[in-house]
Parts: sequence; structure tokens; C-alpha cells
Amino acid sequence: MGWAIAIHGGAGDIPLSLPPEKRLPREAGLRRCLEVGIAALKARNHPLDVVELVVRELENHPNFNAGKGSVLTTTGTVEMEACIMDGKTMKCGAVSGVSTVVNAISLARLVMEKTSHIYLAFDGAEAFARDQGLETVEMSHFITPENIERLKQAQEADRVQIDYTQPIQKETPKDAAVADGDSQIGTVGCVAVDNEGNLATATSTGGLVNKMVGRIGDTPVIGAGTYANHLCAVSATGRGEAIIRGTVARDVAAVMEFKGISLKEAAAYVIDRVPPGTAGLIAVSSTGEIAMPFNTTGMFRACATEDGYSEIAIWDSTSK
Amino acid sequence: MGGWAIAVHGGAGVDPNLPKERQEEAKRLLTRCLDIGISALRSNLPAIDVVELVVRELETDPLFNSGRGSALTENGTVEMEASIMDGPKRRCGAVSGLTTVKNPVSLARLVMDKTPHSYLAFAGAEEFARKQGVELVDNGYFITEDNVGMLKLAKEANSILFDYRVPTLGTCGVGAALESPILMNGLPISVYAPETVGCVVVDREGRCAAATSTGGLMNKMNGRIGDSPLIGSGTYACDLVGVSCTGEGEAIIRSTLAREVAAVMEYKGLNLHEAVDYVIKYRLDEGKAGLIAVSKKGEVACGFNTTGMFRGCATEDGFMEVGVW
Repeated sequence: MGWAIAIHGGAGDIPLSLPPEKRLPREAGLRRCLEVGIAALKARNHPLDVVELVVRELENHPNFNAGKGSVLTTTGTVEMEACIMDGKTMKCGAVSGVSTVVNAISLARLVMEKTSHIYLAFDGAEAFARDQGLETVEMSHFITPENIERLKQAQEADRVQIDYTQPIQKETPKDAAVADGDSQIGTVGCVAVDNEGNLATATSTGGLVNKMVGRIGDTPVIGAGTYANHLCAVSATGRGEAIIRGTVARDVAAVMEFKGISLKEAAAYVIDRVPPGTAGLIAVSSTGEIAMPFNTTGMFRACATEDGYSEIAIWDSTSK
Repeated sequence: MGGWAIAVHGGAGVDPNLPKERQEEAKRLLTRCLDIGISALRSNLPAIDVVELVVRELETDPLFNSGRGSALTENGTVEMEASIMDGPKRRCGAVSGLTTVKNPVSLARLVMDKTPHSYLAFAGAEEFARKQGVELVDNGYFITEDNVGMLKLAKEANSILFDYRVPTLGTCGVGAALESPILMNGLPISVYAPETVGCVVVDREGRCAAATSTGGLMNKMNGRIGDSPLIGSGTYACDLVGVSCTGEGEAIIRSTLAREVAAVMEYKGLNLHEAVDYVIKYRLDEGKAGLIAVSKKGEVACGFNTTGMFRGCATEDGFMEVGVW
């Protein structure tokens, strides 16, 4: 069987005309994070450790919407959320409203392991982070010029957007689309399975550009953006509200189980049932299958299996 | 088949030694809430309005763990959460970390109806409430003497539970509680406040809706979010069914319990009663929880693996039942 790993840097309306200076750093980021994950799996680390490690890398990368590089709320602040789940034990941890913790995914892991709760948010989560001695910084650490610009654009257009969304609701000039070429980032996530069938998933995000302060998306909602059980591990990305309503991550596993179909079929089935342009996901099964379907224009993603296969892609959902 | 149906709950996990008059008080409140819902259904109010109306009533009454009468955080404050879901288009709204909003379920409704989002929490939610002009009160309004006492006992229980040198405390208070082996979410059942209230409704048009509200786990960490505001865990509604869960929040989240009921109906073709039985039996593992559910066909069902669940249900053909055990 062998191990398998998939990562994503967000799904959305990534234009095919995405200029190289926007595309290349993200592809390089995906490549590097994939390699980190592969090395960890080769070294026989538990998938839970692998997904946390990889998501930490993605959070630290400023071109993805998580950790540093998180998109901004309507008041220009950063409110990050993250979630981690172990498929075998079904233990999970989630955080929201985190503004100073360098790696929200690690905080989520600590909630899972060091408290009797699953989910801590805002002041309570920040206080817990300090109790646990996690690395914290000034909020400005996470804010990048691209995101300040992104927020400005969104406020001018007076809408909330998934990071990728071009101004599709209204008529917009071509140059706005190119300017929006810089907003091609999104939630990050990683799913992994080792050769014993241990599964894990982790997702992290800054959320939606121009979101209301206090808005929580799908990422920390177990069963929506993140889910793992003995069958598969899933991390979703896209329009949070649609993913919540569609209980996307949970449904992949449910459909596999109840309809007795493969991971790929189940994942495609679930993505088909959310409104077009709203979601994508990565998933691995206990038998090493990988699926990465999306119904948006693109999804930054990468995957690898022990037999040597690997892939980095942005568009073209026809195969995985 | 067909016609409206409604169920309400005041929480699962009841102290077997609960004094009779407290049980009667609970049944009276459940009956009153059912009557409010029934009356609304007879006036053809849509399911989504009925669940909000009924849960508001449960929040306002201090008896159960929601709104006034909420369980307290480790700091003695109240942090409330709620969610609501409308079956037909699966629209939903949720809130967490509320400290001054008199009726959390109504704020959840406003999130659903008035924002592009599904879930708002803490300062952002409170700010939204202020802007919407909903009724706000001091945090003290929600705190009852009963719960202040319970918090004290819970803290004692938690420290004793983790200290192997258990002192004998006599026949009352925590000592007696510890002699009873029933624990919910780490607390002896006598100090555990059944988490949440909820209501599920299907109206005459076959539209399902669900709403859940709570103060959460007694002695919880500040910032702790349970299952009640999480769509798919504590609350779920779709074309087929409306579900509201209660019990050990973490167990309900892990098993995405509310969604599970709908999923086995959808994918395994189980009917409502079979689905409820199935998920309670097979999806909770070591967890303890209960739920109420209605189907678009006008059926109503309750299930729980705890010692009791405060609940009531009624259907248009005249069936009505209120119970604790």
C-alpha cells in the first residue's frame, strides 16, 4: 500500500492568466511543503505529526492565506483559524479568532491534546496559547502588503470574496482581473496516510477577505472543512458558508461508507453537490487513494505517494 | 403521515436523584414550550419561525442551560452559543461567545438572514448584535444562584477527580456525587448541567427546521465552543429532517451527530426512527448524548443513551408526550 499525502493552498477563481510572478512562488511553496511532508512520512512519522508539520510550513509561507499572509477582516485585522483531526482516534482540535499565534495549527493540536475540549476561540484561545508557551507575535507579523491591497479592493467593490474570486458578480474591466491576479491564495491544508492506514488532516486559514470581525468559516467546523475517520481524511477549501451547509468533509467519508464507493467517486460526488465555483477538497483514504476535486477554476494543490508518483497543479480537475 | 410535528428538549444527562419537584417543573416548562410551538404551527407559521420562537422561550426561562440559567465558565461568567438551520435550502446561522445578548438563537437567526456569513462569535458577534439593535443585558442577568453553587461543586469535583487522595465528604455535596459513578463530560451527574435546549419542527408544508442553544459545559474554559453552534454536530436540517442534539459536546462533534441522522436516512434509506436508533447506538462510541428529530413526513423521534433527557414532542394528529426518563 504505502503512504500518501496531499496538500492544498486553496481553491477559487484562479485565472488561467495568472502571471508568473504570482504563480511561481506558490508552486515553489507547494513543492517545498510537499517535500517536507514526504520526508516526514519516509522517516515514519505519524500522519498527525506530518500534517501539522506541513501546515506549519504553509502557514509560514506568506503567499498562502494562513498564518503569515492571512487575509484581513473588514477592520484590517487578522483572525486565524485552524483544525486538526486524527482518523483512527477521531480526536480533534480547533481554534478560531487567533491573532498573535504564529502557528494556529499547533494551537489546535494543543487544544486536542492538552484540554478536555475540542474548540477554543478568541480571547480564550489566545490565553491558552500563552499558558502553553506557544510562540506569539504582534499581529502585524501576519499582515502583508498584498492583503492590505486585497482588502482595499474588496471594500471598494463592497463585497466579501474568497481570496481567489475575481469580481465575478459584476461587470469588471480586464485590468481589475489582473490586479486581482494577486488575490490568488486561499486556505491551506494537508491530509496524509501512512502504510498502516493511520489517517490525519489539518486545515488552517485567515478566512475571507473583508469578513466581518468574529466571522467563523468552515475550517474549524468539524465535518465541514476538516474531517477524518478510519476511512479517509479530508480538508476542504472555498466558500466557507457553502462548505458548512454542505457538511463537505464529513460527507466524503459518509458517502464512501454508505454508498460503498471509492474515495475518488465519493469526493467527486460531494463536490458536485455544492454550488459551482464554491469548493474544492483534498482527501486520502486508508488504502492510499488520493482525490483532489474542485468545482472552482482552480485549486493550488500537490500530492505524492510512496510508489514515487507526485504532482503539483493549479487547474484542470479532470483526473484527481 | 404528513402534518406538522414538533419536539423540544432541555438537555440530556439527568441526575437520577433529581428531586421530584424539579422534574415536574421541567415537565411544565417543556409542556408550555410545546404549546407555544403547537399554537404557532396551527397558525401556519413556517418551521423556521417556530423553532426560533420556542427556543427563545427556553432561553428566557432560567430552568434549563441556555440564556438565563446558563452554566458558568471557569471564571463564573456566562458565554452562550446557538445555531439555527432551515431545511429547505439548508440556510444556517450560528453564534458563540455571547455575553450580553438576551436571546442567542435570535442572533443566530439574524446572522443567517442579515449577513453573508454563517457563524459569528465573541466580540464580533456582540458588535453585530449591537448594530442590529437586539435586546442586550448585563452578563449578570444570565447567572442564577443555582449555577453559582453548581460551579463551586464542579470545581471541587474536578480537583478531587484528579486527586487520587479522595477525602470522604459525607453524604451530601461532592462526596455523595462521587459515590455515584455516573459522569458526563468529566463531571459527576449531580453537578453536570445538561447542555443545551433545542427544538425541531416540521410544518404543514413539510419544511423542517432545527435550533439549539446553550450556555455550554459547567466550568468550561473561557472561549470553549461546544457542539451546539456547529452545523452538522449539534444542529442540522435539510429537506428530509431536522435534528437538535444534546449531551457531551465533544462526543457529538466527533460523531457529527446531527448530520449523521440525515446521512443514514439519505444514504442508507432508513426511516426517521431507524436513523435515530442507529446513530445513538452506533455512532457515539463512549460518548453520551441524546437528540430530537422530525422528518418531512410529519414523524417525530427522540433517542438518548444517557440517564434521561428532558423532552417533549407532539404531532398534528393529537399525539403529545413529555418526559424525563
